[in-house]
Amino acid sequence: MTVGDTHSGAVASGRAPTGSVTEPPQQRWPIPDDRRARTIFEKGAPGRRAFVCPELDVPPVDPEQLLPAGYRRPEPPRLPEVSEPEIVRHYVGISKRNFDLDSGFYPLGSCTMKHNPRLHERAAALPGHARLHPLQDPARAQGALELMWRLQGALAEIAGLGHVSLQPSAGSHGELAGLLLTRAYHDSRGERNRHKVLTPDTSHGTNPATVTMAGLEVVKLTTNAQGGIDLEDLRAHADGDVACLMLTNPNTLGVFDPNIEEIAQIVHGVGATLYYDGANLNAVMGISRPGDMGFDIVHFNLHKSFTQPHGGGGPGSGPIAVSERIAPFMPTPIVVRREDGSFDLEEDLPESIGRLRGFHGNYGCFVRAYAYICSLGADGLKDASETAVLNANYLLARLREQGIVAEHLPLAYGELCMHEFVLSGGPMKRALGLKTLDLAKRLLDHGFHPPTVYFPLLVDEALMVEPTETETRETLDAFAEAIAAILREAATDGPEVAQNAPYTTPVRRLDEVAAAKRPVIRQTLA
Amino acid sequence: MLATIGVGSVQELFDRQIPAGVRLGRALDLPNGMGEQDVYAHLRELAARNVSAEQEISFLGAGMYDHYVPALIDMLMERSEFLTPYTPYQPEISQGGLQVMFEYQTAICELTGLPVSNASVYEGPSAVAAAGYLAKLHNARTRLVVSAGMHPHSIQTLRTLAHGYGMSVVEVPLVDDVTDMDAWTEAIDGDTSAAIFAQPNFYGAVENAAALSAAAKSAAGGKQDAAPVVVAQVDPIALGVLAAPGECGVDVAVGEGQPLGNRLDYGGPSFGLFAAREEYLRRMPGRIAGETVDVDGRRGFVLTLQTREQHIRREKATSNICTSQALNALGGVVYLAWLGRQGIVELGELLLARAHYARETLSALEGVEALHSQPVIREFAVRLDADVAAVKARCARAGLNPGVDIHALTRRESDRGGLLVAITEQRSRADIDRLADVLGAAVAAERREAVPA
Repeated sequence: MTVGDTHSGAVASGRAPTGSVTEPPQQRWPIPDDRRARTIFEKGAPGRRAFVCPELDVPPVDPEQLLPAGYRRPEPPRLPEVSEPEIVRHYVGISKRNFDLDSGFYPLGSCTMKHNPRLHERAAALPGHARLHPLQDPARAQGALELMWRLQGALAEIAGLGHVSLQPSAGSHGELAGLLLTRAYHDSRGERNRHKVLTPDTSHGTNPATVTMAGLEVVKLTTNAQGGIDLEDLRAHADGDVACLMLTNPNTLGVFDPNIEEIAQIVHGVGATLYYDGANLNAVMGISRPGDMGFDIVHFNLHKSFTQPHGGGGPGSGPIAVSERIAPFMPTPIVVRREDGSFDLEEDLPESIGRLRGFHGNYGCFVRAYAYICSLGADGLKDASETAVLNANYLLARLREQGIVAEHLPLAYGELCMHEFVLSGGPMKRALGLKTLDLAKRLLDHGFHPPTVYFPLLVDEALMVEPTETETRETLDAFAEAIAAILREAATDGPEVAQNAPYTTPVRRLDEVAAAKRPVIRQTLA
Repeated sequence: MLATIGVGSVQELFDRQIPAGVRLGRALDLPNGMGEQDVYAHLRELAARNVSAEQEISFLGAGMYDHYVPALIDMLMERSEFLTPYTPYQPEISQGGLQVMFEYQTAICELTGLPVSNASVYEGPSAVAAAGYLAKLHNARTRLVVSAGMHPHSIQTLRTLAHGYGMSVVEVPLVDDVTDMDAWTEAIDGDTSAAIFAQPNFYGAVENAAALSAAAKSAAGGKQDAAPVVVAQVDPIALGVLAAPGECGVDVAVGEGQPLGNRLDYGGPSFGLFAAREEYLRRMPGRIAGETVDVDGRRGFVLTLQTREQHIRREKATSNICTSQALNALGGVVYLAWLGRQGIVELGELLLARAHYARETLSALEGVEALHSQPVIREFAVRLDADVAAVKARCARAGLNPGVDIHALTRRESDRGGLLVAITEQRSRADIDRLADVLGAAVAAERREAVPA
């Protein structure tokens, strides 16, 4: 927590929290009661400004003559009227009401909140990258094209699939590309009947949503007792109408499907493609490659495995790698190396599905991901995945050491885990009256971002924990202790403390029901 | 740590979980890792082999523009508190990001004259395709009618994604580089889901947005429920001087947000804006922040209307978008606050004056003529009586980039010789005069070479 509104919360709730609340890291001067957070539109004064318009150095024109009346804006838009110092104070002020990865542990499952090296920001800000126009002549953008070409190559090697497109803007955009590629592939073989996409019940929500947007139909597969795909269920659904199986491996339970080779055989046996959702790639870099598992199409999340900062909800980048048989249909453009050694953008692929967005993808993210790959190299990437898996298993073991956690928050599937694991809060809810949501909210008072909650859907009161490789053992120990402390607190003092948490955050629990019922999604301006 | 886990080695963790047949069993074929200073030197060397807008006088535009990005935006976008959080799933500790979204939505609503906005989508052309999908969800029709004045990337993206969600795309031609109103009206029928145009269009021409909207709405028999969704791809920086789309009868406004305080970054990341009339609120893609109160009555913000979204609604979601462009949208709203209420008008009028001056100056050159005489804001098209690529190469040798080769993007025969010239506040009169000198000389030289002596 970066700001502790430490005095008002617990008092207002009518009871002081007991137990070991971690104090906010810094003692702060008393801050004014911000019962009513003010927006930038509620600051400033008429006529106040930051922008100084460059001098009019050409003959003046009369907008009324150049633009017909109906084309013109009659009144200026009611944008804020604020000075530069006011803008800086405003946004720096509200930034302090955010928790962030640079301030503390962020074990958000399937989101891979690993450290974001600052070198990447410096490199991406070099004018040669940052002020390069996307329509610059390729001959005058050779550095950028070479970077993209090298990144394509590195991602191809990591995926074990020969062809890469950097175009998709995020994971879900990569998924859409993947399913459109699948359709194009089947269409080219005259198999237009293939309309079903198999997705396990553990899949990310983006998978089924993408299936619909690609004009296909979702068929849900069940998960077996080991946390993998139920092979009988798969065989029952695998037929000539199936276009694709979308799989995350390791999946969202942190389980690497032990039957992956057989799954690939079954899917390929009926002529369908295999799609790899790369959200969990951080578990297997340099250890096991999707292409070698039998996948035809993979998307990467450069904002997960490759350290592009998440930015509070983007930007991301979702390149895809595909096998030989899918390659002819790749989205354009693709970076190629010509015979003379120069780099170029290839726009003309006769069978391409086409373009997915403007220009060439999120280049700024490519710079960061490429810098990361250069820094780590082959051994470093493998080491990152090994440490991620080690950290997850260590944290899991530390939690299970504590009797109260082992009893009330059991591991949902398996014994070991890959880079993340899922605990079930069902027993905790029944025995201690503590829902996963309450545990998550109480964790905020301990200074931790909670894990992903209530996902995957098949686990009762799920808590999905991904520590990543960039956390220290001390942090993992402290987190395990905080979980145990919250459970002990509920066991001794009752569940109310956690049910009313958090107490130390800039605001406390918010009324989301009212927000959705009567949406106020913008300010009414005077 | 291994003892705590109860395994003998890290290798054992993998051996026990990953079948031997799919383990790589060798090192990745990638170079060895490097120290920070070596990586930086390598990336600097790559950057040095690009010619950025800092190293030449650039008139490139066509979707992304070299506007000045104020220093305070760099500072705010690099702050840990904005740079490194995830999507604000825990609102109690994400009020900063959520309030930024709320302010951003307010600014976009105000700019577009539309009552609802989401918190951003990926970028411009995919926002157009997202609007097509919204129209499909809204009226379940199968045709998308688009003006040929759309950016070619927008049309291409729309075609790719519309093929996925099962809609056809019908292109309406231009007359004198604006949408042919008769063809537009004729193309829109009862099965038209959305009618889509760009303002200003790809050729820099300002369209008659109100007339296009009205024509679209009356084309399908004039009945309210028969009308298609009218979508405009707008250039947000022009909206200080151009009528707001919401005031022109537009139902959904989308656009490329890069001109608002975002770097060029060789094409991304930037953000896409997406605003609409109230009736489309529950079919909007992407995140939306809403205002509410906490248990103590304090004002606060949350992600709202999440039942539209993929993580709740799965295959019935209104979009598959998850990670979007929150940080870039922060840049957008800070930029709009920095420009301010008067600034956005002043900037728009400056661009108008300079673009007008540039068009007049260039059109007066031998072998250069205006491609059209429509009103323009900050970008206009000329036709060169010479090979555009060759002229551009000559200009490059003089340290100047005169603009975008239109035909290279549209591949339309009628666009041969077309050059799209973008003016920003960073291109002064002296720069424009230099453009005239260099371009005039380059065109003259090419014409001389083309005619055998």
